[in-house]
Amino acid sequence: MVKVADYAGGTTAWCPGCGNFGILVAVKRALVELDIEPYRVLMVSGIGQAGKLPHYTKGNVLNVLHGRTLPAATAAKMVNPELVVIAVGGDGDGYGEGGNHFLHALRRNHDITYLVHNNQVYGLTKGQASPTSDPGFVTKSTPQGASAPIYPLALGIAADGSFVARGFAGDTEHLAGLIKSGIQHKGFAHIDILQPCVTYNHKNTFAWYRERVYKLDESNYDPTNKMAAFEKAQEWGAKIPIGVIYRKQRATFEEQIPALTKGPLVRQKIDPSQVERLFKEFG
Amino acid sequence: MVNINFMIGGEAGQGVQAIGHVLGKVLARGGYQVFADEDYESRVRGGHSFFRVRASEDEIRAISESVDMLVALDKESIDLHQKELADQGIVIFDADKVKNVGGNSNLFAVPLDRLAQESAKNKLMTNTVALGAALGLASYDRQILSNVISERFGAGDVGKANVAAAAAGYDYVKANFKRDFSHKLTPIGDGKRMLLSGNEAIALGALAAGCKFMAAYPMTPTTPIMEYLASKAKDFDIAVVQPEDEIAAVNMVIGASFAGVRSMTATSGGGFCLMVEGLGLAGMTETPIVVVLGQRAGPAIGLPTRTEQGDLEFAIHAAHGEFPRAVLAPATVEDAFWLTIKAFNLAEKYQTPVILITDQYLASSYATVERFDLSKVTIDRGLLLSKEELAKLGEYKRHKITESGISPSIPLEGGALVVTDSDEHNEEGHLIEDAETRTAMMLKRMRKMEGLMKEIARPRVYGATQPEITLLGWGSTYGAIKEAVALALRDGLAVNLVHLNEIWPFPAEATARVLQGAKKIIAVENNATAQLAHLLRAETGYQIAGKILKFDGRPFSAAHILSQLKQEVR
Repeated sequence: MVKVADYAGGTTAWCPGCGNFGILVAVKRALVELDIEPYRVLMVSGIGQAGKLPHYTKGNVLNVLHGRTLPAATAAKMVNPELVVIAVGGDGDGYGEGGNHFLHALRRNHDITYLVHNNQVYGLTKGQASPTSDPGFVTKSTPQGASAPIYPLALGIAADGSFVARGFAGDTEHLAGLIKSGIQHKGFAHIDILQPCVTYNHKNTFAWYRERVYKLDESNYDPTNKMAAFEKAQEWGAKIPIGVIYRKQRATFEEQIPALTKGPLVRQKIDPSQVERLFKEFG
Repeated sequence: MVNINFMIGGEAGQGVQAIGHVLGKVLARGGYQVFADEDYESRVRGGHSFFRVRASEDEIRAISESVDMLVALDKESIDLHQKELADQGIVIFDADKVKNVGGNSNLFAVPLDRLAQESAKNKLMTNTVALGAALGLASYDRQILSNVISERFGAGDVGKANVAAAAAGYDYVKANFKRDFSHKLTPIGDGKRMLLSGNEAIALGALAAGCKFMAAYPMTPTTPIMEYLASKAKDFDIAVVQPEDEIAAVNMVIGASFAGVRSMTATSGGGFCLMVEGLGLAGMTETPIVVVLGQRAGPAIGLPTRTEQGDLEFAIHAAHGEFPRAVLAPATVEDAFWLTIKAFNLAEKYQTPVILITDQYLASSYATVERFDLSKVTIDRGLLLSKEELAKLGEYKRHKITESGISPSIPLEGGALVVTDSDEHNEEGHLIEDAETRTAMMLKRMRKMEGLMKEIARPRVYGATQPEITLLGWGSTYGAIKEAVALALRDGLAVNLVHLNEIWPFPAEATARVLQGAKKIIAVENNATAQLAHLLRAETGYQIAGKILKFDGRPFSAAHILSQLKQEVR
C-alpha cells in the first residue's frame, strides 16, 4: 500500500500560509487513496508558483515552459497511456500564456488531469493582474483596475470538456476527492482550484472564499445537463460553487490513436527493415 | 545522349502536378534518371503553375530552364514560357481553346479537349490526353505509359478512361506530327529506381529510424511529411497529431520524447519561429527532438510556395541561451533519407535538438534514386538504459555529470524516477540557483558539442584538383552547382565545388583543409546575404571573393550558375 510518506518531496519555497500548501496536501492524499505508486505518475508543470508543486512531492517530473504544460503532458500520455499524467500550472500559465492549448486539450479529450492553481493574480512576477482577476482589481500593471475576467469553467464546457470542476485550496478533503475523481475519469479532467495568494491578492482571501464557496450536491444538481452547467460555471459573487460542474462521457484522444491498440508506443520495437515494403509505392 | 526537359503548364486545378508526376514515373520506369520539380502559386484554383520533368541516361539533380517540350494547358503557359524553348523545342497546345498564339513554327496543335471527350467521354481528362501526346511525340513506350496510368488511377472505369485518353493523345501525335522531334526516348533499363521527393525521403527515413511520434501543424513545404506518416500510422505504430499550433507541436514532441520514444516535428520558417522556445527547452532538459525546417522565401509569409535558404543562421542560433544542437542540411533526396536517420541518432545520443534544414526546392522536387539499403541503417539510442542496465546502475540521476556530458536516460517505465526542469537544475533534475551548480551543468551540456563535432561529415568536394575558382554551397543547391562545375570543366575552366550538408557544429577543420590553397572562393546560395560564407569566415577565417546569390524564390539551374561564374571570371 502506498503511504503519504512515499510522496515526501523537497523543501518548499512558497510563502507561509500560501493556498498552494492545501493543494499539495490534496494531491498527495488523492494519489495515496488511489494507491498509485510514484513511478506511475508523471507530473508536468508550467512556470509560476504552481509549477513548483511537483518538486515538493514524488514522481516523474517534467517542468516545462510557461503555458506549455498541456502539449507536453498530453503527448507523454499518448506515448504511454499507462502513466497517470497530471498537469499543474497557475491561472496565468494555463489561461493566459497557454490558453490556446487549454481549449484544444479540452476539445481533444486527452486522458489526463489538469490542476489549475487559480489565485487570480501573478505571484512569481510579484503581483500583476491575471486573466481571472476580478474586474477593477488594482495592481501595478493595472492601476486603473483589471478588465473583465474569463470564466475558465464556462470555457471548459464550451469546448466540450468531459470533466469540468472547481475545488478550493481551503478544503483539502473535498479537493482530494475531486482530484481522485479527475484521475479516475476517462478523459480530460480540468480542475480549477481557488487558491488564495496571501502576498499579492488581498481581496480574494481565505476568508473571502470561505464566505462564498458552497459544495454542489449531486442529489439536486445534475452535472450532465450542459446548459445548467454553463449557468453554474458563471456563478461568481455572493455564492461560488465548488465540485463537478460538468461531466460527459466521450471517447478519449488516446482511444482514437490506432497505433496504441498494440500497447504503449514506448514498448514498440524499432525495425528499419519494415520500410522495404513501402519502396514499391514509389517505383 | 538523351537529355530532355518537359514542362507542363496550366492553372491550379488542371491536373498539372498529377500528369507531371505520372510522366516522371513513366520515364523512370523505362530506366531513365529523372528530376522533376513543381512551381505553383499559393492558391487552390487558377493562377499559373508548372511541373518540369527532366530525363537523362545519367544522373541529374537539378532543374534546367531550357525546355524541349512545353505542354501548355492554357494560353498563359505559352505566353510565359515560350521564351524558354530550346532550339527545335515544341509546344503542344489545344488550338480549339487557346487562340491568338501567333504563327511560331514551334507550336503543334492537338485537340486535347475534343480527344478527351471522344476517348474518355470526360473533358477532365484533357491533361491525360496531353500526357499521351507528349510521350507520342517522344516515341516512348506505350505499354509503360498505360501501366503507370493504371497503377495511378486504378483498374476501374477511371483508370480505363485515363488509359484511353492517353492513347488518344499518343495516336493523334503519331498520325499528325509530320516534322522531326529531335528527342526520341526508348526505354533503356529495368526502371527499378524510385521517384522520390525530399519530403517523402524524410518520411521514409523517420519510419526507418523508428520515429513513434510526430506532431506538426500544416505548413508548406513540409506538410507532405506529416501526411505520409499519418497514412502509415497504423501500419508503423506511430502517433501522428495535428495540434493547435507549432508551439504545441514542438512541446508535444518534447513530452513524447521525455516519455521515451523517438519524436519529430516538421515546419517551415514561420512555424519554426514559434518553436524556438521549445528548442531551448529541449536543450535545457536534454530531451532529444528532431525538427525538420523546410525553408521557404521569407521573412513573414514571404513567398509561401517558393524556395530559399534564408534560415541557416537562424537555425544555428535560434533560442535564447546556449546549448548544443546539430544542424544537418540534406543536399539530395538520398541525403534526406540518410540524414533523417542520422538526426534521430544524434538527437538521442546527445540528448539535444537536431534540426534537419531543407527547403521548398528539395522538399517538393523528385529524383530517381536506388532503393535504400536498409541493412545499412543503424539505430543508436545512445545511453538509453534497459531495465537491467538501470538496475545495475544503482542510483539514477537524470542529469548526472559525466565526462562526455551525456547522462544515462531511461523511459518512464519504473525502476527510477525521472525528474527534469526548464529552470537550471542539479543532477537529480531539481531546480537550483547557486552559481557552482549552474556552472557545472552548463559545462556538462556544452561538453556534448565536443562529441557532436566528431559526428559531422566532411564537406563534399567535386571538380578540378587544382582549382582557380572554388564554388561553396550547402544543402539543396548541390545538384545545380555540381552540374555547373561539370559544364565549366567542359569549357576549360578549373573549377571545383566544396559543399556542406552537415553544418553545425561547423566542421571548421575539415572545411579549412579542403579550402587550403583555394585561390578564389565564390559562395553560391539561395539567399541575399551569403549566410554560409559568413559562417565560414567566423569559423575558419576564410573570406569569400565573390557571391552568386538568388533570392527570387526560384531554384538555381546549372546554366544560371555558369553564366554568373563566367561574369565573375571576366
